[in-house]
Amino acid sequence: MDAQTLLLLSFVLVLSIFVGFELISKVPSTLHTPLMSGSNAISGITLVGALVSTGLGGVTLGTVLGFVAIVFATINVVGGYFVTNRMLEMFKKKEDPK
Amino acid sequence: MNFDILINASYLIASVLFIMGLKLLSSPKTARKGNFISALGMFIAVVVTLLSKEIIDYKLILAGLVVGSFIGVYSAKKVAMTSMPEMVALLNGFGGLSSLLVGWSVYVADPSISILSAITIFLSVLIGGVTFTGSMVAWAKLSEKISGRPLLFSGQKFFNFTLLSAMVILGILFSMNPTVSYSSLIGVIAGSLLLGILLVIPIGGADMPVVISLLNSYSGIAACAAGFVIANNILIVSGALVGASGIILTSIMCKAMNRSLTNVLFSGFGSKASGKQQEILGEVKSLTSQDAYHVLEAAKSVLIVPGYGLAVAQAQHIVKEFSELLEKNGTEVKYAIHSVAGRMPGHMNVLLAEAGVSYDLLAETDDVNPIMNTVDVCLVIGANDVVNPAARDDDTSAIYGMPIIEADKAKNVFILKRSMGSGFAGIANPLFFKENSSMIFGDAKKTLQELVAEFKS
Repeated sequence: MDAQTLLLLSFVLVLSIFVGFELISKVPSTLHTPLMSGSNAISGITLVGALVSTGLGGVTLGTVLGFVAIVFATINVVGGYFVTNRMLEMFKKKEDPK
Repeated sequence: MNFDILINASYLIASVLFIMGLKLLSSPKTARKGNFISALGMFIAVVVTLLSKEIIDYKLILAGLVVGSFIGVYSAKKVAMTSMPEMVALLNGFGGLSSLLVGWSVYVADPSISILSAITIFLSVLIGGVTFTGSMVAWAKLSEKISGRPLLFSGQKFFNFTLLSAMVILGILFSMNPTVSYSSLIGVIAGSLLLGILLVIPIGGADMPVVISLLNSYSGIAACAAGFVIANNILIVSGALVGASGIILTSIMCKAMNRSLTNVLFSGFGSKASGKQQEILGEVKSLTSQDAYHVLEAAKSVLIVPGYGLAVAQAQHIVKEFSELLEKNGTEVKYAIHSVAGRMPGHMNVLLAEAGVSYDLLAETDDVNPIMNTVDVCLVIGANDVVNPAARDDDTSAIYGMPIIEADKAKNVFILKRSMGSGFAGIANPLFFKENSSMIFGDAKKTLQELVAEFKS
C-alpha cells in the first residue's frame, strides 16, 4: 500500500465517522438493543475481507484461517440481521380504538 | 466493462444502503424496513465479492457460508430476549475474531508487504484479538459461566500497560521488516488475546452494559482496520458506522450510571464497600394487594417503573395484562424506562415489546420527571437503584449524581419487592421510607396476578 491509498482510505474513514455519529444520535433509546445487534451485523462486513483472502487459493494455512474467518463473520452477519428482525417485529403500536 | 469498477460501484451502493438502513432506525415504525435495507446492502456486497476474478476456489467459501448461516439463523431464532446481551457479546466477539483472522491470513498468503500494509495488519490483529477474548469474557460473565464479580489483582494496571507496550514494540518490529517477522505477528496475536481477557475481568457484572457497548464499538474499529488491510472502502465505511454507534451507546450508558468510562474500565465497581450514608428517617409501610387495588382503581394516572427484577420474575406479560385493565378502567398508563433498567442499552424496551406493550407507552427518564407530581400512583416493579432519591439528595451516597426516575415525587408510590434487601449497588433506598411510599411485599408476578384478579372480579 502506498501513502496515497492510505490517505484516500483515511478520507473515507473520517467522513464515515461523522455520518455515523449524525445517524446514531437520532436513534431513540427504545431501539438501542436492535441498533446494537443490527450494527453488529454490519460489522460482519469483514466477511467480504474473508472471502477475498480465502478465495486466493494457494497456501494452506492462509486458506484455513480465511475459512474460519468466513464461518465466524457469517454467523455475525446472518445471526445479527435475523435477531434484529425478530426484535423489531415485536415493536408494535396499539391500533387506535375506534 | 471493467470488473473492478463494477465491484466498487456495488460497494458504493451497499454503503448507501447501510447508511439508509441506520437512518430508518430512527423510528420504530420504519426500523424493520431499515434492517431489511441494511441486510440487502450486505447481500449485494457479498455476492459481488464472490464474482471477483481474484477468487479461484469456491468450495471452501460456500462451505463456510453455509455453516455460518446455519449457526447464525439457528441461534437467532432460539435466543431468549432476556439473553440478548449474551447474544450481542458473542456476535461482537465473532466479528473481532474474523478481523484478526483476515489480517493474519492476508499476511500468510503473501508476507512480502509494505510497511503501511504491515501496520494495518498489526492493528487489525490487535483490535480483533482484544475484541474477541474481551467479548468472550463479557459473555461468560453475563451468562454466569464465571462470576460477575470484578477480578482484581495487585499490579493489574501496570501489567496491562506493560503488555500493551510490548504489543506496540512487537508491532513496530513487525512493521519495520514484515517479510521475516512472522514470530512478532504471532506474539501480537497471543498478546492481544491475553489483553482482551485482562481488560474485561476487572469489570463487574453490573457494568457489563457499558462493556458490551464498548466492545460493539471495537468490533467496528476492527472491521475498519481489516478494511485498511485489504484497501477496501466498504469495510471502512461500515466499520466507522458501527464504531460510532458503539461509542455513542457507551457514553449514554456511562451518563446513566453517572460514571466516567475510565472509572468503569479500571475501578472494579462493587469491589469496594460503599462509604457511610445519611441516616434514613421514617417508617416502612406495607400494603396488601387488595388495599393497593382500591387506590389503583381510583387513580387517574399510573406510571410503571420496571427494573430488571421484573424480567427475572418473568412478569412482563402479566404487567401488560394489568396495564390494559387499568386503561380499560379509564386510567392513563405509562412506563418509565431508565437507561440501565435492563442489562444492555434498550433491553427493557425489547422485553416489554415482546410482552406486547405498545412502544408509544414507553417513556424516558427525562420525559417523566417533569410530570411526576401529576402522577397518582407510581408503581415500582423490580427496580431499586434507579428510583433511589439518595442519588439526588445525599452527596455521601455512592450513587450520588446518577440520573434517577423521581418516583418519590408522585402522589403515591407502590413498591413491589420481595424483601427490604438493597439493590445491585448494595445501597439503602430512602424511597421506601417516605411518607407517600408503601411496600407490597412478595413475588412481583404473584402480586400483579392478585391485582389483575381484583380488577376482574
